[in-house]
Amino acid sequence: MESQTADQTAQLPQVTEPRNPGMALDLDWVAGVQANTSAIERRCATLPGRRSVKKDYQAAWLLKAIACIDLTTLSGDDTEGRVRRLCAKAAQPVRAQMLADLGMEGLTTGAVCVYHDMIPAAVRALKGTGIPVAAVSTGFPAGLSPFHLRIAEIEESVKAGAEEIDIVISRRHVLTGNWQALYDEMKAFRQACGNAHVKAILATGELGSLRNVARASLICMMAGADFIKTSTGKESVNATLPVTLVMIRAIRDYYDRTGYRVGYKPAGGISKAKDALVYLALIKEELGDRWLQPDLFRFGASSLLGDIERQLEHHLTGAYSAGYRHAMG
Amino acid sequence: MTVKEIFETMDYGPAPESAAEALAWLVDQGDRFGHFINGEFTAPGDGFDSKNPATGEVLATLSQATQDDVDAAVKAARAAQPGWEKMGGPGRAKCLYAIARLLQKHSRLFAVLETLDNGKPIREARDIDIPLAQRHFYYHAGMAQLMEAELPEAEALGVCGQIIPWNFPLLMLAWKVAPAIAMGNTVVLKPAEYTSLTALLFADICRQAGLPKGVVNIVTGDGAVGEMIVAAEVDKIAFTGSTSVGRRIREATAGSGKALTLELGGKSPYIVFDDADIDSAVEGLVDAIWFNQGQVCCAGSRLLVQEGVAKRFHTKLKARMDKLRIGNPLDKCIDVGAVVDPVQLTAISAMVAANTAGEMHQAKVEMPAQGCFYPPTLIEGLTPADTLMQEEIFGPVLVSCTFRTPAEAVELANNTRYGLAATVWTENVNLALDIAPKLVAGVVWVNGTNMFDAAAGFGGVRESGFGREGGWEGLSAYTRPKGKTKSLARIEAFEGNGAPADPLDRTAKMYVGGKQARPDSGYSRGVYGKSGALLGHVGLANRKDVRNAVEAAAGAKGWSKTTGHLRAQILYYIGENLSARADEFAHRIDAMTGKKGGAAEVEASIQRLFTAAAWADKYDGQVHGVPIRGVALAMKEPVGVIGALCADEAPLLGLVSAMAPAIAMGNRVVLAASQAYPLAATDFYQVLETSDVPAGVVNILTGDQSELAKPLGAHMNVDAVWSFSSSDVSQVIEAASASNLKRTWVNNGQSLDWSQDHSKRFLQAATEVKNIWVPYGE
Repeated sequence: MESQTADQTAQLPQVTEPRNPGMALDLDWVAGVQANTSAIERRCATLPGRRSVKKDYQAAWLLKAIACIDLTTLSGDDTEGRVRRLCAKAAQPVRAQMLADLGMEGLTTGAVCVYHDMIPAAVRALKGTGIPVAAVSTGFPAGLSPFHLRIAEIEESVKAGAEEIDIVISRRHVLTGNWQALYDEMKAFRQACGNAHVKAILATGELGSLRNVARASLICMMAGADFIKTSTGKESVNATLPVTLVMIRAIRDYYDRTGYRVGYKPAGGISKAKDALVYLALIKEELGDRWLQPDLFRFGASSLLGDIERQLEHHLTGAYSAGYRHAMG
Repeated sequence: MTVKEIFETMDYGPAPESAAEALAWLVDQGDRFGHFINGEFTAPGDGFDSKNPATGEVLATLSQATQDDVDAAVKAARAAQPGWEKMGGPGRAKCLYAIARLLQKHSRLFAVLETLDNGKPIREARDIDIPLAQRHFYYHAGMAQLMEAELPEAEALGVCGQIIPWNFPLLMLAWKVAPAIAMGNTVVLKPAEYTSLTALLFADICRQAGLPKGVVNIVTGDGAVGEMIVAAEVDKIAFTGSTSVGRRIREATAGSGKALTLELGGKSPYIVFDDADIDSAVEGLVDAIWFNQGQVCCAGSRLLVQEGVAKRFHTKLKARMDKLRIGNPLDKCIDVGAVVDPVQLTAISAMVAANTAGEMHQAKVEMPAQGCFYPPTLIEGLTPADTLMQEEIFGPVLVSCTFRTPAEAVELANNTRYGLAATVWTENVNLALDIAPKLVAGVVWVNGTNMFDAAAGFGGVRESGFGREGGWEGLSAYTRPKGKTKSLARIEAFEGNGAPADPLDRTAKMYVGGKQARPDSGYSRGVYGKSGALLGHVGLANRKDVRNAVEAAAGAKGWSKTTGHLRAQILYYIGENLSARADEFAHRIDAMTGKKGGAAEVEASIQRLFTAAAWADKYDGQVHGVPIRGVALAMKEPVGVIGALCADEAPLLGLVSAMAPAIAMGNRVVLAASQAYPLAATDFYQVLETSDVPAGVVNILTGDQSELAKPLGAHMNVDAVWSFSSSDVSQVIEAASASNLKRTWVNNGQSLDWSQDHSKRFLQAATEVKNIWVPYGE
């Protein structure tokens, strides 16, 4: 049990990195940002052909992907029972024997991500696992409820035991170029989070351009975001590789300028093991290995885990797997 | 490493592509190859080893072609050509289509074999070389299909000798073979001796495709075989390779009447403006200079960065370099493979070692212990005066320097003998579309680099060669106008010692820089009519007059930037003023030639002027349908300064036929007047003087055309030379043109019927197609 605890705490966000304290709003920096869509798409389109991981390496990478999953349920019909089931899956994401065969006993997902009302159930279910509960907040997914209620929602969620708060930004501030308002809002959210880590959801599918994604990324980091995250999963376009490239390049620039590492979370639409490998390769290439740990990288996903389990069983047996052989979450 | 350990390190690990199938194919062929002549492989002869540069292992033994082999190949091609051409476009299209399909069916075999033979990363062979080769056959299957309808005036050249380099073995083969056979030619192709294997596999494909025997012939061997092909009875030589070899081929084929296209070296600029997406521009360099180990003729090897972002850019670039992965080319996770041969590795190392300027950064990457590998290298802080800013390295070595303004970027970019490709990074559409036309290059990529497609022509200007491969513009390299030519007899001037026909002396001068100029030599010659009467004197121009005229023409570069509309107005005006003096010109022509065709010649000259005026604003470029979200603008640009030795037999019409389309397209011209009948040209400058032609746009010299041929042909600031002279100067001009590899159009002693309108041919010769790739999307 000792070693299992050590493994688990190593995945926790609070352990090694100093939190990003934010910085004064630097509009010159924001104004100078460029993002060439065609070039960015080219980079993303060719990456899968340039980087390939096979056999044991692929298995290890897929296990890493699991360690970085925010196992998520964000549905109107969520119940405590449903959340308990999800938490059990987070604590035992892969059949125990398979993990033993891979030498990876004790592997868990990075976090469980739920709506506010499900926090107590999740906290109870995850007690003793070391897996943090993340809650979406601030009028998720649209973020258009009264500002004081959005602040209050964060405070309530923290009080209820959420260690990570996924806030949504006001897209209208980006679309109208009101960077000061975006900065102020993000700063207030960060403050409301207290010791809980804050992930800023940009809802990139609604920001209109990659340049806006880059700008919004910078503003949120300047205002103290611990993570920047692509999407709520409710927009018509969610995480994509081009958006990812833009956001992680912004993270890299922010680190180069301030020395603080901000985490990245693509969310929505990543459901295949193969896609997860491409994301990890992109992070490794553009940000470096340090970002391949769950304190700095998460997948917001619900069905990705199932595909990874099948691939891992294929790795172990040489035969293609079937979904029903793996426990549902 | 255990899975758990990898989970911690997150290394990539090996991801090898299997070589088994490709090696088995080589074994099936006996590991020894002959040549592919007349649809069959010959018995392997004496030869040389083909090695895998990543490991040094011998892949196969190839035959060194003998003179007999080359002769047999040319003979087979010659015999097959008429039938192949007669098969018709649609018939040929089926064969090209079959080849494209077969390339696709065997794509992985081709890719692995290419990587084994060349050392390029399997990703590049698999994702770029082989798909593009297929694409060229598909595209040109379509061109064969359309030829009769769309190019009714064109016919095949005949037998084409094609010599290709080792950097893109199959792709260069496709670029050469596809358009040639689509247009009804047959070919004798020599792959590079380092990398012949995919060409031999291609030969096998030709058999499977049912290509008639002798249409494609492949002979292997070193440069000596190339020389044999150049010297053989072929109608055209197409060469891709080094500028020095290209120059030798130009000299060797001078005056032979063989058509020639050359795709040579480069030192292509990669310009980054301060408003660029810096990260994307850094990433673009990976595709520019570390693609194929930098062994790319159009590699973006000369980085020019605007000063304000230079530091940040270089910091990011170095960080990016350290992320490159070098090693086993068959590994699917490798960015930079092996250099093609130890000889090339030595050459790269020596060039870098000889450099003492700037600051060198070599990627901090794990290097393979063995094999031909060179680390990705950046040398920053160079100036144009440094050797490595001027000389092509042909390896993974990038050099850089900074600039202050867009104008300075253009100057630095163009400060080179080469002119193949250029890359521009900026988010400002005004800047991009302003800079792209100003760059002296055949291809310009905006916010991207090394984009290729069969639909867009590729090729250079200056010492990067001439001719285009791909697109509609590439077809002229493999066709000629239909019709027979007649040999041109030398036109001798009349002699005499009679009294002047006109008692009042009129001094015919030359016309240089908008002024009437006396000859530097101080010598003149009498021009006599048929009956021996003295019609006047003309100056005898020498090389210094050529120098002055070219200087004037070069100085008139503003003409190239004028609008087609303006040039049309001036051409119409020349026609109008000539018309006003039509009788006088007709009389003069008749007096000089002793014939009665003067009036018709003047009228035809006026027509040529009007036709050129008509085309001035209508000889449009194209937008090519390339497979990107964006456009490839095929812009027709003036060649620059054109020297023309004008026809003797039609003293006015010959001159006007060359001049009018040339200046209509924005060129400036140096015209050597008809040697036998020069006075129409000297009268004509008076027409120019009254027609608002800016100084230096048209310059007229008189004297011996054979005197002027060499200085004009050799002049480094002349971009093209045309000769319709009845003097035997074609060889002299083409041999001299090797100095700067200027374009030539010489008559090789054949006549052009000046009563016919050849404006289209002149317009084509007067323009270069520049393809500007502009990907877009927000």
